[in-house]
Amino acid sequence: MALRPYAAAKRTLSFADKLLEVNWGLVLLICMIGCAGIAMLYSVANAHFQPWALRQIGHFTLGLIVMLAASVIDIRVWMSLAYPAYGFALLLLVAVDVVGHVGLGAQRWISLGPLDLQPSELMKIGLVLALSRFLHGKSIEEVSKPVPLAIGLAMIGIPAIFVVLQPNLGTTLIILADGCSLLFLAGLSWWWIAPTLGAVAAAVPLAWRFVLHDYQKARVETFIHPEADALGKGWNITQAKIAIGSGGVAGKGFTQGTQSRLNFLPEKQTDFIWTSFCEEFGFVGALALLVLFAVVIFYGVQTAMSARSQFGRLLAMGIILNFIFYIMINGLMVMGLIPVVGIPMPLLSYGGSAMLTVMFGFGLLMSVHIHRQVEIPRHSGGII
Amino acid sequence: MPLFDKKDKSRYATFTRRSVGMGAGMTAVFAVLAGRLYQLQIRDGDQYMVEAEDNRVSERLIAPPRGRIMDRFGVELANSRRNYRVLLVSEQATEGVAQALDTIGKVIVLSDQQKKKIQHDIAMNKKFVPVPVAENLTWDEFSRVNLHLPYLPGVQCDVGETRDYPFGKELVHILGYVASVSPQEIDKDADPLMSLPGMRIGKRGIEKQFDKQIRGSAGASRVEVNAYGRIIRELGKDAGEPGEDIYLTIDREVQALADQRLCDESAAMVVMDVNNGDVIALSSTPGFDPNWFNTGLTNSQWHDLTTSDHKPLLNKVTSGIYPPGSTFKLAVALAAIEAGIATPDYRVTCNGRITVGNHTFNCWAWTTYHHGHGSLDVEGAIKNSCDVFFYETARRVGIDKIHQAARKLGLGAPTGIELPGEHSGLMPSSEWKQKTYKQAWQQGDTLSVAIGQGYVTATPLQLVQQTARLASGKAVSPRIVHSVGGKQVARPEVARLDVSDEALARVRSGMNRVMNEGGGTAFNWRITEPGFEMAGKTGTAQVRAYSQEEHARGITKNSALDWKLRDHALFIGYAPVIDPKYAIVSIIEHGAVQAHPHVAMARDVMLLCQQRDPSRMPAAWPVTNSASAAPPRVQGAAQPMSPQPVKAGG
Repeated sequence: MALRPYAAAKRTLSFADKLLEVNWGLVLLICMIGCAGIAMLYSVANAHFQPWALRQIGHFTLGLIVMLAASVIDIRVWMSLAYPAYGFALLLLVAVDVVGHVGLGAQRWISLGPLDLQPSELMKIGLVLALSRFLHGKSIEEVSKPVPLAIGLAMIGIPAIFVVLQPNLGTTLIILADGCSLLFLAGLSWWWIAPTLGAVAAAVPLAWRFVLHDYQKARVETFIHPEADALGKGWNITQAKIAIGSGGVAGKGFTQGTQSRLNFLPEKQTDFIWTSFCEEFGFVGALALLVLFAVVIFYGVQTAMSARSQFGRLLAMGIILNFIFYIMINGLMVMGLIPVVGIPMPLLSYGGSAMLTVMFGFGLLMSVHIHRQVEIPRHSGGII
Repeated sequence: MPLFDKKDKSRYATFTRRSVGMGAGMTAVFAVLAGRLYQLQIRDGDQYMVEAEDNRVSERLIAPPRGRIMDRFGVELANSRRNYRVLLVSEQATEGVAQALDTIGKVIVLSDQQKKKIQHDIAMNKKFVPVPVAENLTWDEFSRVNLHLPYLPGVQCDVGETRDYPFGKELVHILGYVASVSPQEIDKDADPLMSLPGMRIGKRGIEKQFDKQIRGSAGASRVEVNAYGRIIRELGKDAGEPGEDIYLTIDREVQALADQRLCDESAAMVVMDVNNGDVIALSSTPGFDPNWFNTGLTNSQWHDLTTSDHKPLLNKVTSGIYPPGSTFKLAVALAAIEAGIATPDYRVTCNGRITVGNHTFNCWAWTTYHHGHGSLDVEGAIKNSCDVFFYETARRVGIDKIHQAARKLGLGAPTGIELPGEHSGLMPSSEWKQKTYKQAWQQGDTLSVAIGQGYVTATPLQLVQQTARLASGKAVSPRIVHSVGGKQVARPEVARLDVSDEALARVRSGMNRVMNEGGGTAFNWRITEPGFEMAGKTGTAQVRAYSQEEHARGITKNSALDWKLRDHALFIGYAPVIDPKYAIVSIIEHGAVQAHPHVAMARDVMLLCQQRDPSRMPAAWPVTNSASAAPPRVQGAAQPMSPQPVKAGG
């Protein structure tokens, strides 16, 4: 095998080597998107750093540190930490559910000093890590065998159940999508996939009937007829569409978005931050931001393809998919194409937990990139 | 063990293939997002832009300042005064609304009823809307609240504007008053101001008649509001058109004296310029304070106003209908002279009674003194107000000629004064009776009309108009508004009265003798100041029919009767006798007693009016016909000319 003159080919990289290998272009992209988010938080607070922008700067800085730290850690270390991370996240998830049910009302987070940690966010990374490690050890034939498949599905299903009980439909959907995508990428046979898709299609009406909460059904109904109740449940979607649409080609200008400044937009600092961005920067700005996102994703997919270990490939792809599911659900939701499910826009929305999870994910992605030449035998369990 | 085996290779290939497939899916997602952006922002962008503006911008009406009403010398009769108000913003009342009201109640007086109303108002409004707690506070109360303001969270002090009538009830029947808009009025008037909270519109008098002009037109403030309707900032402002000022022909000084002399009687008095019709004073008593209606009337006040037998709400000058009594004899005399019956040699002998058909009519002299007036010509009959003379003369002239003469003097038709609710009175004719009652006119009817009883009725305004026409020989009509918004109100050319000079001269001579010749019915109350002498005619109008039995036993003296049953006391006059300038009428309801002491009231007013001679003084009226000339704001600009000290208004 002809190896390129590449430091990683030495298979053991010095710390300096790793820093050189960091994909600084990707870091720059992430910083650009993060800054756009901070600027919008400043804007929607009527041009004030309080209450969101200043804290988001803290979140983002912390996230950058976490990202770079994660990126220089050997991919095999992450591999050995995969199951413990999954277990830890699951433990927190159970704990938060129990506390939530014991206390009054649902609780989705654990307070860690200034940071509210959402175990469901952590779970997404834990699941991607654990599933990548599990599938790394399975050959393409083994993936489609009932026992490994059942184990894989259980790894997806158990956290999904706890998250849906919180109740948090949006995150549940993302966990399911992340897990199933990894099974698909690991080579799951179409003989499994096709019938399952059919069964899901059949199950949707049943889920509507027995599983979904009233407030979730209301969101779907509102989505279908938003104008029927423009001042009530349809308010969010109607106002979001007005905000985006009124931005026009060039937008209203930074801090000039009337819809968010005058509180017509709900949740303007979290789920609807993208809407404010579209209002203030118009079609041109929104398209530019989409391009930035697309380039990040392109980098991610490229990283996955170039990794020499199955674990690295699945990990990178899992993280990128998680990222794109966020963008997709949030983007489609605020533009009135799918019901409101309460998913933030990654890197833009206010929130420490989501920011740290996303940045940690990018750290893992960059670790895959730095260690892309590292080969890991199928039956290896990492290096700890 | 090899690092890579075949199995690895195949799964890598699958991974790559499926990743590429997913990449295509991601591209599709981005394409959808971009497409949707295009749809919302470019294709439908304009429409959403409009919707966003609709969300953001709200129009608030601004009430324009209401125009002032001035007398002929610029004295402000109706203006705007500062309205000291206390408002409460419920969301800022940190200890709750009830607690806040209790605290305010320690500083200014608040009844439980008021508190309940405020609680209701607060519940009806958004929590950031300031709700009035108290209005029209005195300066003392207002400063007390201001002093305690640091301890009253959510309380705001505010100075607004409200209508004020500095002279209170004195001019109420001219000015009218303003009050809150009723729901029916909102339906009738499309002016957006009508639905403005706290809006007041004119309900009577000039305020009602010229409401549109005095009101002005609404301004608007474009404000940016947030999703909860809270105002963020003002984007633009259109102040609207302020209401127009109105100048009246009234002289406040003469008006004040008229009002003061009528005192608490149920009475009316009008003074007008005989040459151009300017009304100098117009008083109807009792009145009421128009400020009550602006600030809100109490139940007991309303009850008193509506149930009083003195009818304070009625403008007796324009809407009170009275039998003209003996004052009507002037019209009969005029008709007789014009008809050629009452020639200078024409005389009638009064023996105290006259029998027409099988009915005997008494002269007032017979009822009082049991003798007649003897032989009288027209002037003597006017001087003595001899009933028998006019019974006999009217019988000869006939109702239709009397009707004709009276119509020339303006009876039986509205005068057209710029005040709402004017009555036309009634001047009967044989045709009228046929039409109304399907009965022929009887000679008895004529005899009743001859002394101003029976069918004939008139308003005090018609009587003063009649007097002015007799005095000037011109067909003048009373007018009370000089200019609106700096533009003089157009008046019709005053034509000559279609009556011969000889007839006018003889009637005037009779009126002169009433007052200025010993034995005239009003001689005791004449004006003695040389050059200011007044001519006039007294009148007594019965308000009930005397029964045969009463006639037999002798008429009961008025002073012995219930107030409601006493006769009305009338007087009309003009002055000076030579080259008349002013005409006057006074009617005291149920005020007739022995002789005519009430003439003194008219005499005093007429004397003051002539001494001041307001029509000769430079008025404060806008000089030109254009609206640009701003009238002086200073009260009583003409005061240096005034012979009497003018009390500062307000």
